[in-house]
Amino acid sequence: MSNQIFAYITHHGGKADDSALELISAAKKIDPEAKVTAVVCGSGGDLDGLCQEVAASYPVVWKIDNPDVAYPNAENIRGLLVNVLPKEGIVLLPHDTFGMDLGPGLSIKLDSAYVTDVVAIEGADGDTLKTVRQEFGGQVHTHVNCDIASGAVITVRPGTFQPDESKSASGQIEDKTSEAGSVEAKRKFLEVLEAEIGEVDITKEDVLVSVGRGIGDEENLEVVQELAEAMGGVVSCSRPIVDAKWMEKARQVGTSGKTVKPKVYLAMGISGSFQHMGGVKGNPFIVAVNNNPKAPIFQVADVGVVEDMVEFAEELTEKINELK
Amino acid sequence: MNILVCVKRVPDTSENEIEINNDGTDIERDDLVYSVNEWDNYAVEEAIQLRDKLGGSVTVVTVGDEDAEEVLRREMAMGADNGILITDEAIEGSDGRGIASLLKAEVEKGQYDLILTGAQADQGAAQVGGMLAAMLDYPYASLVNAIEVKDDTTLKVGREIEGGNQEMNEIALPCVLSIQTGINEPRYVGIRGIRKVASVEIPEHGLSDLGLSADDVGEGAARVKRADYFVPEMGEGAEILEGDTEEVAQKLAEMLKAKGGIK
Repeated sequence: MSNQIFAYITHHGGKADDSALELISAAKKIDPEAKVTAVVCGSGGDLDGLCQEVAASYPVVWKIDNPDVAYPNAENIRGLLVNVLPKEGIVLLPHDTFGMDLGPGLSIKLDSAYVTDVVAIEGADGDTLKTVRQEFGGQVHTHVNCDIASGAVITVRPGTFQPDESKSASGQIEDKTSEAGSVEAKRKFLEVLEAEIGEVDITKEDVLVSVGRGIGDEENLEVVQELAEAMGGVVSCSRPIVDAKWMEKARQVGTSGKTVKPKVYLAMGISGSFQHMGGVKGNPFIVAVNNNPKAPIFQVADVGVVEDMVEFAEELTEKINELK
Repeated sequence: MNILVCVKRVPDTSENEIEINNDGTDIERDDLVYSVNEWDNYAVEEAIQLRDKLGGSVTVVTVGDEDAEEVLRREMAMGADNGILITDEAIEGSDGRGIASLLKAEVEKGQYDLILTGAQADQGAAQVGGMLAAMLDYPYASLVNAIEVKDDTTLKVGREIEGGNQEMNEIALPCVLSIQTGINEPRYVGIRGIRKVASVEIPEHGLSDLGLSADDVGEGAARVKRADYFVPEMGEGAEILEGDTEEVAQKLAEMLKAKGGIK
């Protein structure tokens, strides 16, 4: 395998995202000998410091300093990247809201294969790269083979590859700003609207009773509320409950909602997608109640109950009140 | 505004447990309940609301076999004006790029100001919208959770980003947007609505209608191929509490108390 490997480094407030170190491990699964090039786009200010931070972990760092990508507008960044990336390269991106915005179009413009949300890489066999993905919200796994002869763009699920903390690269920073050229923007970034703070701050609670699609009906929220009160906790939820407008967005746990760090997390009728579990940190005691024994939540929970969540919530509330 | 919405017929994960067949070549499809991909349903609702405000039309398109027609009719019962079924035996085994190539050819046959897709579908790839945009050289925004029409040439769109924050952008028309769930409340479709569109003719477009050849799509053109489905070797997973509901609830209440889950 002769493809050069690149990792796109996302950053916030002058610091590299956690994915920066995870992408090194992903690259080494493709080619253990890989000399991986980090690509850092941004503008002025913190960019040099950031590149130095990244150079501790990557042997080569490409810096692209352009005011049009001061905010990571994926459409603008794509325009710059296609001017510098070799067509047969393998480009790794995090599978987050930025990677999902950049990846598909980048693969077309580089005429590369595109594999998304990879959870494992089994290595390359000639021009075939063997990866592992999930389908149906994590209910099944698949082996996916990718022809990398003419390059590939691959998005990697955050949190699935061990971060490479060795920081032993002492890499070289190369300025690719002029080679990357300028952008012709048809999409202009305006501003980020911060999430509203709700009536309850679920990020500060020790005990969360979190409810998902399995609740079936809005009326059943009352039963869950009673259970949370019995436990002395509060009710949080997964995305479908917010989509249905049954609870406010500030109660949503997940990568697109809040990141919580409770001591006890009781997941009721939640299947356990990676986007949801990505918002549960701090290694809590996780209990899953779900009527589908195949739900992915049972792989991450400490204790599981295979029951209808509404009926079970009533029973559990009763038992807890007896214990108190 | 003339809007094209790309939709997909998928197994409904809220109605089915997805299981792998004996040799790992596919999931068990015998008793599956299918529906329109959840994200696509929000995209169609958004398109209908825009049309009702601005005039124009909503066309829904899908790539699939004869069975896929039912999701077009469902979305037409919601209020879409036209449906198009892209179908051809040679399409079987296409990767995301293959599907996007078909949709690109379809877009070029019409006059659309705006193209919507769901943010992702059953395979969780979230790829076709962005590929289609790049092929057409249209601007793209993914995970869109708000659309506001500024003028004839520009939309203001919100993207859902990490932490529940919203990234606001201006985007030039024509463009492609992938729609996130929760952007609206899709209307209910009753049996009566479905009956009303039951006999509406839905044109079928094959490869030759789209000016494509069998080399452009299908398994032969695919650079990304699913080799198999499998069950990974997992850790032990959760300790499943056994017994009747009352026993299990009792056990769990005691565990929760021990772990500080009862205050």
